[in-house]
Amino acid sequence: MLSYDVIIVGGGLAGLMTSLGVVDSHKVALFSKVHPLRSHSLAAQGGLNASLGNVPGSADDNWEKHTFDTIKGSDYLADQDAVETMCRIGPEVVYELEHMGVPFSRTSEGKIAQRPFGGADYPRTCYAADRTGHVLLHTLYEQSVKKNVEVYTEWLVTSLIIKDNRAQGITALNYSTGEIVAFSARAVVLATGGYGRGYQNSTNAIINTGSGIAVAYRAGIPIKDLEFVQFHPTTLYGTNILMTEGARGEGGYLLNNKGERFMKKYAASKMELAPRDIVSRSMTTEILEGHGFENAFLHLDLRHLGEKKILERLPGIRDITIDFAGVDPVKEPIPVQPGQHYSMGGIDTNEKGETKVRGVYAAGECACVSVHGANRLGGNSLLETVTFGKIVSNQLRDFLASSKEESDKVFLDRALVKEKQRIEELFQRKGKRRYSEVRDELRRVMFTYVGIFRKEEELNTACEKVRQLKRDYRDVAVSYKTRSLNFELINTLELEGMLDLAEIISQGALARKESRGSHFRTDYPTRDDAKWMRHTLAFFTPNGLKFDYKEVKVTRYAPQERKY
Amino acid sequence: MPHKKENTSIEGKVFTFKILRFDSHQDQESHFAHFKVTAEKGMTVLEALLKIQEDQDPSLVFRYSCRGAVCGSCGMYINGYPNLACRVQLSGLPSQEVLIEPLPNFEVIKDLIVDMAPFWKAYREVEPWLMPNDREKKGEHLVTEKNRAQIDQFVGCILCACCYGACPVVSRDEDYAGPAALAKLFRFIRDSRDKRDWKKTFKPLNNEHGLWGCDTVFRCVDACPKQVRPTDGIEGLRRRAVCSRGGHHGAGKTHSSESPSNEA
Repeated sequence: MLSYDVIIVGGGLAGLMTSLGVVDSHKVALFSKVHPLRSHSLAAQGGLNASLGNVPGSADDNWEKHTFDTIKGSDYLADQDAVETMCRIGPEVVYELEHMGVPFSRTSEGKIAQRPFGGADYPRTCYAADRTGHVLLHTLYEQSVKKNVEVYTEWLVTSLIIKDNRAQGITALNYSTGEIVAFSARAVVLATGGYGRGYQNSTNAIINTGSGIAVAYRAGIPIKDLEFVQFHPTTLYGTNILMTEGARGEGGYLLNNKGERFMKKYAASKMELAPRDIVSRSMTTEILEGHGFENAFLHLDLRHLGEKKILERLPGIRDITIDFAGVDPVKEPIPVQPGQHYSMGGIDTNEKGETKVRGVYAAGECACVSVHGANRLGGNSLLETVTFGKIVSNQLRDFLASSKEESDKVFLDRALVKEKQRIEELFQRKGKRRYSEVRDELRRVMFTYVGIFRKEEELNTACEKVRQLKRDYRDVAVSYKTRSLNFELINTLELEGMLDLAEIISQGALARKESRGSHFRTDYPTRDDAKWMRHTLAFFTPNGLKFDYKEVKVTRYAPQERKY
Repeated sequence: MPHKKENTSIEGKVFTFKILRFDSHQDQESHFAHFKVTAEKGMTVLEALLKIQEDQDPSLVFRYSCRGAVCGSCGMYINGYPNLACRVQLSGLPSQEVLIEPLPNFEVIKDLIVDMAPFWKAYREVEPWLMPNDREKKGEHLVTEKNRAQIDQFVGCILCACCYGACPVVSRDEDYAGPAALAKLFRFIRDSRDKRDWKKTFKPLNNEHGLWGCDTVFRCVDACPKQVRPTDGIEGLRRRAVCSRGGHHGAGKTHSSESPSNEA
């Protein structure tokens, strides 16, 4: 059995950043379902936030103002100590990325350029045109090549092995051979991203199934605040490909079918740059009231920015709208609608990225520290991946230095036998349901009943339908028996996790009888700090899903009414 | 590439996909398989392939991730041209018969999945990372927008390998570094922050398997789904190599003084 000091699961920004901090001193392996350069991090467009104060109007910006904007944006569900850490180290991490080679856009003085973003009082989003995720991912991957990080490409991690509340290793499916293999590790870092594909109308890559969150849940690690699902206001109508918030940061308008900038009715001071939860609800309201186009979308109008600015700042957006909608934003408005985009919730960690299991860490979108609380500000997710990737790598070095315990190989072997049996059972099933049928129904149920506006009756429907889909799943068999490159097996395995996460989201949303950030209950339309300023924790137990709650960490920002 | 965008409705039309199939574990020869897919509004070639895999034949395999033409997973030949399957709309195709083949110049593992190892090896060999000489510097390097713009098109490369598949030099010389790796090297050579000893980087590439291999027939430029022009980068590398032979520019620290129109 191969042994590592650290196994990192996920080759996106959080996973790569973590690997760079430990590869020089420890034996590290990084597992990814796809080549790391195909990770969803690269789809991030608009930028990452850091209070550099590089552009006019931001000279007096600082990390404390960034902290406040983030906490207010989170609707006071973020843990304030963690937000402080992220915002404080943000600038130095951005400089480090620049030194690694990130080709940021520049100001006239040659400094890193920054643009305004939603919910922020200063222009503090550092960007590289509208492909910031792409340049960050390529740069971190380049560094991983330089440092010879060992990567297992096209492997799906199927389980996390824990004994006596301590990490032992993982089991993983090798796509190429179809084998299930166990690896021992003194520490495991989950950096597997979000579950967006559990929803219809998602901006997420097809690979975003939330597999790492599901693996942690099944291993007994609590999942936090999963009912908080971010809907991005501007996704391309038809395909739901992301149209960056940077388009509005650069001055783009949102228009209804009367040609009005309707955001003046909902957020008069911030207009199009109100936080995402507010803009998405406003857009949905406009469409429901008959002010949309074809009762489905609104217009994102960039024409007044002019061709030069669009080509310089938003070239990727233009490529996408031309390729996928036949629309050139220089000449026509872009048809947009809100779509599922991000998971604020995830694997419960503390401000150091530690889970409750010794040696198990999580970072990036799959984790819930929580720095985003009930609503994430645009530009804070890329920041979270790199800052917490760094924090976790620092923790790992300390942990590995202090703990000399080795993994229990006999225990791992037994776990491997069980895992092989679990997967073999999928081949032996006699049922006739197809994974794609169950998955598509799940996506529809989640978008319809656990979406932007929620209420008791619909949430009950969702919970019942998810329960039924979990029963249906037992009739999903893998019909294709060849082990190598079996995408039916991969999809079937991942669907089980998506169903678990859907159950946590819908039941957590049903239980939370208030409105906060992205979780808006039409039957409980106000925030209730006395009862609900607390985190939801979901536990996997032999008797099914159980919930518990824990307090939000408050340092010096008392909850206020959230107005923009 | 004849994939122009049209508003003609394709909904309900039946498209036939003629897909070149091969399984290196068991087949001696490749063969074509035919699948029929009923088009939906806005359907792309990738979505049609997923439909086939889900509803008709789970043994058909291909790579995918973003479905938004940014990750570079699904490079393949569509009607004889390299492209990303997710980027090609059925509505823009010239007919309802679609020919799908794996990227050439690679060993096929199965169906549309090729062994990318030679491509990544070439990428690693150009030392594709920034080499600044001021690691202790506080704050950011100052870079003018003009300098940044010089590397912009090369930064846009998504390493999908469409160019590598289309390159006639790769097809006759498996040791050739290929367009993407060389363009990536130029991205760093031309980055005003990069202070590498570029003669050292050039040494293993200063031959016909490296920067002198290119036929300059621009097949890579045609192939690129992201409007990168790898040939421009290769010509820039050659110019740099020649300058060093003539002793013109010394140690390669003069990027910003060179006219961008000469090299990029």
